[in-house]
Parts: sequence; structure tokens; C-alpha cells
Amino acid sequence: MSQSVGKLIDENGLRTDGRKPDELRPIKLSIGVLSNADGSAYIEQGKNKILAAVYGPREVHPRHLALADRALLRCRYHMAPFSVDERKSPAPSRREQELSKVIREALEPTIFLEQYPRTSIDLFVEVLQAHGGTRCAGVTVASLALADAGIPMRDLVVACASGKVGGQIVLDLNDIEDKEGEADVPAAYMPNLDAVTLLQMDGMLTIEEFEEALNLAIEGCRHVYALQKETLRAKYVTIKEEVEIE
Amino acid sequence: MPIFYENKQLVTPGDLLAEGDYSVGSNTYKDGNKIYASRLGLVQFEEKTVSVVALNAFYFPSVGDLVIGKIVEVNINGWTVDIDAPYQASLPASDVLNRFKPQRDDLSRIFDVGDLILAKIVNFDRSRDPLLTVRDSGLGKISRGQIVKITPTKIPRVIGRKGSMISMLKMETGCKIIVGQNGLVLVDGEKPEDEGLAIMAIRKIEQEAHTSGLTDRVTEMIRREKEATR
Repeated sequence: MSQSVGKLIDENGLRTDGRKPDELRPIKLSIGVLSNADGSAYIEQGKNKILAAVYGPREVHPRHLALADRALLRCRYHMAPFSVDERKSPAPSRREQELSKVIREALEPTIFLEQYPRTSIDLFVEVLQAHGGTRCAGVTVASLALADAGIPMRDLVVACASGKVGGQIVLDLNDIEDKEGEADVPAAYMPNLDAVTLLQMDGMLTIEEFEEALNLAIEGCRHVYALQKETLRAKYVTIKEEVEIE
Repeated sequence: MPIFYENKQLVTPGDLLAEGDYSVGSNTYKDGNKIYASRLGLVQFEEKTVSVVALNAFYFPSVGDLVIGKIVEVNINGWTVDIDAPYQASLPASDVLNRFKPQRDDLSRIFDVGDLILAKIVNFDRSRDPLLTVRDSGLGKISRGQIVKITPTKIPRVIGRKGSMISMLKMETGCKIIVGQNGLVLVDGEKPEDEGLAIMAIRKIEQEAHTSGLTDRVTEMIRREKEATR
């Protein structure tokens, strides 16, 4: 581990991709990118490229899965075979199944599922290119797709990771930092309700370090949240400006 | 009792709209004494009610709604109808035939798969799928015209205040227009050009539903188009 310390953070205190410790990767967001889905969104966060599509609420198939008192939220996180350096088998891996569950559970608290009994809301998160932190980017983009589909939500959900790299607490780990670093703390957060809906940790941190990392992750979430809001509004503000200026 | 947005401002899910003695309207929810938005849309403060006019939503059935549906299945004792909602609706054969006998009547001769019908929702709740009726004047099979699909939340805009928009559309294009609450609009005109014009206008209303001065702009567009084709 001591070997990589010098590499991950250089003498100027910058990281492998030239970022400061508390700096996010550049993020690009857009909504309504797929015409066949009820709602969709796309994110580019550094080298990550992820598409999300939402269908529903609609009838549940197979029928026996339907719940009498609320809607069923189903989520599929999937990585395209070409999303990583070495071809990934397109069959769902154990890791993808776990991330599907984790993303679903991060979004479940925000949706008014109880308003739509006997239906399902199907969410697809397709990773086109992966470079660390795809579960967080997946949650962020999925919540945008849900809002785009017009599904009632308590709040938008944003996710962002922090971690410990080269002995320092840093924000938004990339692939190299995730693999070589000491710890990774992904967190999903509802900014208006001030509630955390996903919190994981991989690696070793002291309690103080963990608190610092969590606070940093939430700080990062707030930045991403501002972008999310901007993206949702942009589509309609443009139309409004176009026609009202005439 | 503060409010945090101006009337007609664009809000996103989770935005805190008001705090204190207000009541919740559509697309908002209350947590303690705080009212938040639950959909992307324009906030509206009317008296003490806070609501959000959603920019995009799906149709959720409600008793008494007039809807346009498509027959997807002919069953033994009725039809299954797709009304573009989270639930499939059913239309019982006894609603159409007075003395219905499954062994005698061939239901597909009345409505067949693919037929479009105009119907009214007579029953719907959390535990039951919507139940339709066609027993009213003007309801039943749609045999002519074209269908336009728009976001259901924009239906009120197509109708306009006290029906101003829709009566203008009917007058200017000379088409019969029937608006289903589920977002499907039937346009029936003498000539295909008239129908095309009405459809174009409805699409424009959907696109620009959240802007002001829309009726005037749509009227102007229709007149301009009519000039151009003449």
C-alpha cells in the first residue's frame, strides 16, 4: 500500500487525473434521450457513460409478482460487454445483481409506491462505459429518469462516493483510486429531506475518517443535485424562452 | 407562513414550496407542516392550496372520466380495453347487450380487437381495475377521424379556460374534437387537411403548455397555415 501512496496523490496534492481532493469529475446530464421509454436520462461523469430508462407504472408480468398494497419497483443494473477493458460477459454477474438491489433500495424510499398498487415500475440502468463509481452515477441518473417519467417522488436522489486514497480523504473516486486506494464510501442522499438512502463502505477507515468521508460525500451530492435540478428545468425553460420572446 | 416560490415558477420533485397552514393540491405532499413538490411542474398557489401542474405525467383513472381506449382482448363476457393507464380496463358485455347470453352472442362482431372506443369510467379503486360503460349518448365505437396522443396533464390546456381553446380549435379548423381524459384526442374533420391542421395545433399546445398567451399564438398559427394552403 505504501508504494501506491506516492502515485495516487502527487507532490502538488493532485490526484491521478489532476483533480484536487475535494473535486468532482466533470458531469454531463440530459433527460428524455430515449423515445420508447416513459422516462429516460443519460449521464457522463468523467469517463463513465450510463443510460437509464423507466417504464411504468404498468401491469406486472408475471402476474403473481404483483403486490396488493403498493407498486413493485424492479431495477436492472447492467454493464455492456464493451464497457470495460476486458470484455465483460453480458450475463448478469453476482456484482450486477447486488448493484441492482442496492440501486433499487436507494430509490424505493423516494417513490410513492403505495399510490399505485398492483403495478410495476421498471428501471433499467445500462452502463455503456465504466470508470469507477457507476453505482452512484447509476442512482443519480435513475432518479432523473424517474422524474422525467412523471413518477411522483418525495425528493430527487443523488449519489456520490468518497474514500481514502494515498492517506487522504477524497471525493468521487475513479477506477484507479477505487482499486488501489484504501477505502471507498458510496452514499446516496435526498437533499431536501436530508436523508441518506444508501451507505456502503469498502476498506478500512477510523471513525473520524469515516465521518469526514461521509460529510464529503454528502457535500458532493449537493453539487450533483444542483446539476440534476438544472437538467430537469432546462428542457422546459428553453421552450418557454423561445416562444415568449417572439 | 412563508411560501418559497412565486406563482407559476418551475419546481422539481422535493422542492419545499410552502410552510405552515396550507393544504395540499395535486402533485404535492405534506410532511409535518411543510409542503413539497412531488413532480416536475409549475407551482400554483390558490387561496390556501398549493398544487403543481405537472409537465409530464401518466394517466391515472378516475370515476366519471371520458376516455378513448383500444380493445386488446375479446373475452367470454366482455372486452379488455387499453386506456393508456397503469391498469387495463374492462367493458362487460352486459353493458352493451340487454340480454347477454355467451352461447348466443358473438362479442367480436360488436367490438373486435384493435377497435377504438369512447367510454366512461364507472368504477375504479385500489383493488379493482377500471370498469367502463358505453351506455351514454355519443359513446361507443369510433369509426372515423384521427387520434392524437398527448401528455394527460396537458388536457386542461387543450380545453382552455371555460373551453375557450377547444371551441376556438373547432371553429378555426371545422373539425369535431373529442378529448379523452387519458390523453387521447379524437379529431374528426371533413377533409384530411383540416384534421392535419387541428393535430398540428394540438401538438403545439402540448409543447408549449407551460407558456402564457398560448391561445392567441395557436389561433395565429392556424390562420397562417390556412393562408399558406389556400
